[in-house]
Amino acid sequence: MKKLLIGVSLAVLLAACASKEPIKETKVEDRSAATTTSTTPPPTTQGTQGQQSGTATRVDPLKDPNNPLSKRVIYFEYDKDAVKPEFTSLVQAHAAYLGQNRNRKIRLEGHADERGSREYNMALGQRRADAVRKAVAVLGVGNERVETISFGEDKPKSTGHDEAAWAQNRRVEILYDGE
Amino acid sequence: MSNNRSNTIRTGHFFRSFLFAPALTVVLAVATLTAAHAQLTIDVTTSAGRQVPVAIIPFANEVSAPQNITPVISANLARTGLFRMVNTVGISKLPTEPSEINFLDWTSRSAEALVIGGITTQADGRFEVKVRLFDVAKQNQLAIFSYVATASQLRATAHKISDEIYEKLIGERGIFSTRIAYVLKRGPRFDLQVADADGFNPQTVLSALEPIRSPKWSPDGTKIAYVSFENRKSSVFVQDLVTGKRAMVANFRGDNYAPSWSPDGSKLVVTLSKDSVAQIYVIPATGGEATRVVESTSMDLNATFTGDGRDIIFVSERSGGAQLYIVPVAGGTPRRLTFEGSNNTNPRMSPDGKLVAFVSREASRLRIATLELATGQVNVLTDGPLDDSPSFSPNGRTILYEDKSGGRGRLGAVSTDSRVKQKLSSQSGDVREPAWGPYGTSSAR
Repeated sequence: MKKLLIGVSLAVLLAACASKEPIKETKVEDRSAATTTSTTPPPTTQGTQGQQSGTATRVDPLKDPNNPLSKRVIYFEYDKDAVKPEFTSLVQAHAAYLGQNRNRKIRLEGHADERGSREYNMALGQRRADAVRKAVAVLGVGNERVETISFGEDKPKSTGHDEAAWAQNRRVEILYDGE
Repeated sequence: MSNNRSNTIRTGHFFRSFLFAPALTVVLAVATLTAAHAQLTIDVTTSAGRQVPVAIIPFANEVSAPQNITPVISANLARTGLFRMVNTVGISKLPTEPSEINFLDWTSRSAEALVIGGITTQADGRFEVKVRLFDVAKQNQLAIFSYVATASQLRATAHKISDEIYEKLIGERGIFSTRIAYVLKRGPRFDLQVADADGFNPQTVLSALEPIRSPKWSPDGTKIAYVSFENRKSSVFVQDLVTGKRAMVANFRGDNYAPSWSPDGSKLVVTLSKDSVAQIYVIPATGGEATRVVESTSMDLNATFTGDGRDIIFVSERSGGAQLYIVPVAGGTPRRLTFEGSNNTNPRMSPDGKLVAFVSREASRLRIATLELATGQVNVLTDGPLDDSPSFSPNGRTILYEDKSGGRGRLGAVSTDSRVKQKLSSQSGDVREPAWGPYGTSSAR
């Protein structure tokens, strides 16, 4: 790499001499993370699976609290399965990620609060998971990459028995393969 | 999430050894100790309507027997809400033989029936229990029963005697020798338990850290079908209560839930979402290919066979909301059954095939109701606010259900004429999703 730098600098010097301008050094952008002097081409960045940019970073966007992809829960109104507008951008973020990482799969786990029979709540949880599945399908994520299952009311997030607890339980959780 | 299932699931080997090791006195001793404690306490909260006043006199030699009999009979009969126990205090010589009966003592206390008896120890160490039932007004003997039992069988004998008295006085079969299954949740643990109908002798047949749902007895009482989430999704299992062996019979892609047995015990109707939307399928009870009953684009779920096994009653969202429909097993056009309210689910058949119990939801209140198939008449039996999972007693008189409200899950029971109501609660956890076992599953050992 150093040889390349020296070569470029020399070219600049020669050019500068030719133009009688004061010598300006053009900085060469260092695209290599390595600092060796080997003549092999600079190693390409090997980011973790799913990296979008070329820079090396160790944080998985799916788990980065600053990244919307780390948000995995969509909440619903009582007895409803419509994805509310406030969750549209979250759905879009996950669909976009899945679009750029075609090897990833997701599991949508649908839940309901206790104010329905246990069997009805299995269906309601399924409808909610399905609603999210359809929302990402529209954005290009094929069904073969999306598993939908229902837990009904039987895996509540909150074990309370008031509106605050129920609101927590009416949800779909997005899990990626390996989680 | 642990993938190591062998650590999270324990099956009922204790249950199996319990049935097949009568020679092991250590096992029996443990059984006797646990028999002294009821997991469920059952209280009658309402009993309107006629009650038969019955006097039950302590049996001769009962106090020296290893298990008392008459208190069990009295508790059994009182729990039905159909009997009033007549006070026996103040009678100087309580009769144990027919010659000792002074009927005036009992008419003066308004008793209509009188039960006397005695226990004698045989040479082989077993106990002979003799019981006589009298009509007080007519002053004649209605029936005489005699049993021979080991010490560990005495409680079951008390249940049999209760059944005989009940049948003679009420005119229908009793349920005191039957068992109930339910899911008990304690902290993070789910236990599928089977107990006597009076809540005694609970046996854990499956223990897990993921939810266990909807236990359903096979018609012959030897197996229980249920849903387990041990595979991180719903799957249907059938467990043999006699051998303890369990088989996963439905684990298709998506959800597998709401199993219900065909009357001949050879098939299960299940709800599967494998073909993108919840639909009803019939599978062999041992697992295998799923045959869809009726194809639709709406959600069809939560089915049960009718009493003759020819039709299936299920929940469908095809008309908006959730309603009950009926369709032949062989397929056809479903006919709608419920027209009141927007959410009617969880249908369960009565033993005589004439009545369907279900969960009726209005606003967000859940109540147990019955639908008479012949007439379409609907009766709401409970008040809620969150009553679910109805199950008929095998004589069809009582519906056991789950009260999900408040902090502590309990069971409730209501007679089909809604006159008698009971609450069943466990001190140690949430009790949910009861299933009343059929006849012929006595825990007599």
